[in-house]
Amino acid sequence: MRLTGGGLIDRGKVMRFTFDGRSYEGVGGDTLASALLANDIRLVGRSFKYHRPRGVMTAGSEEPNALVTVGRGGQQEPNLRATMLELHEGLAARSQNAWPSLDWDLLALNDAFAPFLGAGFYYKTFMWPRAFWERVYEPIIRRAAGLGALSGAHNTDTYEKAHAHCDLLVIGAGPAGLMAAREAARAGADVIVVDEDNRPGGRLNAETEEVDGKPGYLWAQELVAELVAMGNVRLMTRTTVTGVYDQGSFGALERLPAEVAARPGAPRECFWRIATRRAVLAAGSLERPVAFAGNDRPGIMMAGAVRAYVNRWAVAPGRCVAVFGNNDDAHRTAADLMAAGVHVAALIDSRPDARSDLDLPFYAGARVCGSSGRKGLEAVDIELALGRREKIRVDCLAVSGGWNPSVHLACHMGGRPEWSDDIAGFVPRDDMVPGMAVAGASAGAMSTHACLKSGVEAARTTLSELGIKMPDKAPALPQADDAPYRITPLWQVHGKGRAWLDFQNDVTVKDVAQAARENFRSVEHMKRYTTQGMAPDQGKNSNVGALAVLADATGRSIPQTGTTTFRPPYVPVPIAAMGAGAQGQGFAPRRLTTSHAASQSMDAPMIEVGLWYRPSYFPRAGETSWRQSCDREVAHVREAVGIADVSTLGKIDIQGADAAQFLDFVYTNTFSTLKAGRVRYGLMLREDGHVMDDGTTARLGQDHFVMTTTTAAAGQVMRHLEFVHQCLCPGLDVSMISVTEQWAQFAVAGPKSRDLLNGVLDAPVDAERFPFMGCGEVTLGDVEARLFRISFSGEHAYEIAVPARYGESLFRLLVARAEEMGGGAYGMEALNVLRLEKGLLTHAELHGRTTAFDIGMERMISAKKDCIGKAAAARPGLTDPDRERLVGLKPVGAVKQLTAGAHLFGEADAATRENDQGYVTSVGFSPTLGHFAGLGFLKRGPERHGEVIRMVDHLRGIEALCEVTAPAFFDPDGGRARD
Amino acid sequence: MRITCPICGERDRREFHYQGAAVALDRPAPDAGAESWDDYLHNRENPAGPTRELWHHEAGCGAWLVVTRDTVTHEMQGSELASALQEADS
Repeated sequence: MRLTGGGLIDRGKVMRFTFDGRSYEGVGGDTLASALLANDIRLVGRSFKYHRPRGVMTAGSEEPNALVTVGRGGQQEPNLRATMLELHEGLAARSQNAWPSLDWDLLALNDAFAPFLGAGFYYKTFMWPRAFWERVYEPIIRRAAGLGALSGAHNTDTYEKAHAHCDLLVIGAGPAGLMAAREAARAGADVIVVDEDNRPGGRLNAETEEVDGKPGYLWAQELVAELVAMGNVRLMTRTTVTGVYDQGSFGALERLPAEVAARPGAPRECFWRIATRRAVLAAGSLERPVAFAGNDRPGIMMAGAVRAYVNRWAVAPGRCVAVFGNNDDAHRTAADLMAAGVHVAALIDSRPDARSDLDLPFYAGARVCGSSGRKGLEAVDIELALGRREKIRVDCLAVSGGWNPSVHLACHMGGRPEWSDDIAGFVPRDDMVPGMAVAGASAGAMSTHACLKSGVEAARTTLSELGIKMPDKAPALPQADDAPYRITPLWQVHGKGRAWLDFQNDVTVKDVAQAARENFRSVEHMKRYTTQGMAPDQGKNSNVGALAVLADATGRSIPQTGTTTFRPPYVPVPIAAMGAGAQGQGFAPRRLTTSHAASQSMDAPMIEVGLWYRPSYFPRAGETSWRQSCDREVAHVREAVGIADVSTLGKIDIQGADAAQFLDFVYTNTFSTLKAGRVRYGLMLREDGHVMDDGTTARLGQDHFVMTTTTAAAGQVMRHLEFVHQCLCPGLDVSMISVTEQWAQFAVAGPKSRDLLNGVLDAPVDAERFPFMGCGEVTLGDVEARLFRISFSGEHAYEIAVPARYGESLFRLLVARAEEMGGGAYGMEALNVLRLEKGLLTHAELHGRTTAFDIGMERMISAKKDCIGKAAAARPGLTDPDRERLVGLKPVGAVKQLTAGAHLFGEADAATRENDQGYVTSVGFSPTLGHFAGLGFLKRGPERHGEVIRMVDHLRGIEALCEVTAPAFFDPDGGRARD
Repeated sequence: MRITCPICGERDRREFHYQGAAVALDRPAPDAGAESWDDYLHNRENPAGPTRELWHHEAGCGAWLVVTRDTVTHEMQGSELASALQEADS
């Protein structure tokens, strides 16, 4: 029911919304929860396991019951807390976990079976028959239990992630946080103040008390305005700090208001990573319930939340309210309700010595021991001091079991809080998080005055650590309430009936007691056995209560029992927000070559090679399969000329007086003997003796080399070179930089390659200036290019490199010329077949477990010098002749197909693991040879050329007899490339 | 996690590549023997407490760093340029 006056709401702004399809009205400043309560909606959801009717219980992010789903299809978002959901025009929310409807939920039948569904029920109940677990029990349990459901559709909303930096991060904009922020801001620090509410002020927005002679909310509002005007304070509302990480890193989730999120391209939520030098945690405290029979009925709420609804939202959660508590704070709720004109039927205080001056029925030393009502509270049973019982008819009960400081974030680095008898709660210890001070109610300061004071103190300590100067004397504190907080703990009211501890996961006192009986005495075991604290709310309402009950059941004190571990995130964080931008194509960066558009215009299907996109083949009219295109492209290269973009290979420019010496150390073979204007193939090992990469390196000048790496290993090789230089031989005069993206490079391969080049270069090339493995500068008009006479196809071939901006036009030119000469562009498929025919290697063979010995290049490890990997490569295990070593494979039986990944066996052996002789790494159909050609690794391979073995592909069900051959099938002496 | 690069200042750890223990700096002589090489390549302590490790500021200046970090408290206790350390040693 909406009260006629008061509240921090805009009554003039009426908004329509629906809940479960029915239409209601709310006003500006409402949350969905306050609007539902204003419309007298008490039943808002069904519980997790027993499908019990549940209502709004809190007014913050700790809400366990009022979870709703908003949106449809790709925009469906489940488990939104109605208490955090700002009302907006047209909001359509749906209740969860009820079928067919919230009012008439068939699974409420579970409640009748509650005796069988206690702690660990499914560990015990669904044991037999075993096969039933996956097919019968689990699907049924999964359907019945649980919270909101995902739509299964692709999320179409926009999310963002962002970074922020500051000197001081203040978590919480209540009295403590605002004072800390002001102190730091006045001293000139860069401050970020984060609060999960849309309105800064914390509890001051929910209370009637005054600060500095004005209403608390107004004081907060004015202070916030002052802070924001200072320029060095950034206020982030609707933002929850979700986790604390090393070196002052914080995660935070910002929810954007609906009107902002509705703008085109605007995000719905933003995940922040905040890096700060210091932090002040002023996150306040959370009120805890008391466990008594039937304490989960809609209408039973936290006392502080009732105050918040009355004072901030001008909503009476009931027409006739009782207040039940164990501390002075509960009395404020009764007073505020009365001041707002709500009838308070009883104030029940469990402390026998409690006093009250309020004009209402006051029960000291009494306890609420039961409740009744079908879908909402109708009456509570109280047990008076002398054991007499009374029934009081009320539709709302405000409960306060005391306040738990919000220590969560202080514990994210693994620290454990300590028990304070004064406030009957856990408080943080000093230095649990380096650089973080805790202030206000989070630190156990329970009055507004104490909060203001500790906020200033926390800021001053922090600033002095940062060496920021401030006035010697702290400023005078604003006048504020300093009433003592007196509490006598009351965790549970013993009696018949189920008393809830964890509302979101349906865990009762009985469950915890049973866990203790079954020897799950450790609080961590109890948690996992009962599932207490494991729901999205992570037990914010229930953890302390549950461990108090466990302590009682095991005869230990609460500090002896200890807490479970606090882990991020503090509130649920959508994966969509954390991974914002990484959906679909955003999942990985895309690297495109300069010829990309040209390849696409030729209808080439692109394939991913690492992050690069490369053309697979270039289909021509009449070709119906990739094999036809590939065979033709291979023939182009073998018979005329082909063009391929090889820009994706890593290119590292290496310069310096000691560059040659450096290369001698990173390559197994020698580069210092290479003459300028020449290129050499190099083999690079890891220090453990296995092959890291291979490629060619050209000596452009005495002190200038350009190294090529394979596409896949470019990053790894660059990092390795930097490591070797900086960490192993920093004295060498050598510098290096990746120039992969600065140069576009194209292979011009085939018997007509020189003719083609001579048609486009300013000066013709000849065998004298460009012999096999020669290199040098050439020009195409104004463009200075580099030409390398190297071959990955076995043909007379060149690679020409131009600055990347000329790449596309050169590619188009080369392809056009090649086509005129009976050739054309060739893609990755043809490139692979061409190198296979020659037995040349890629990372299919250099896969990290092969050695120079395995690939038949042991003689490339120079005996005359040291190099990376040389010592390890000589270990007996890496030169064992029994190792699987590189061979060529050629089908000789009835089956003509070879498959990569297949394993090799003796012809007569069973194809079992014990008999495994090796495996196939690459295959392709060679149009040149007219049969499949494969490369693989076979035990004692080089000794077995000519032997027939059996290839078995268990996965694809293919078997073929193969002859073991040398790896190079075509032109083995390499004459075609040299001529 | 934040790492201080002596050249670039304090940076997000996503800019760095982790390589492992700083043992990799102490490359044995080519003829040091199988045991030394085995220790260098494969055998690592698993310390609870301060540990020296190599990080590469790959998305930054490209420097290799020796970072001293406490594996128990996660405290960053210092970072130095690997090249400076090695040159001082030699």
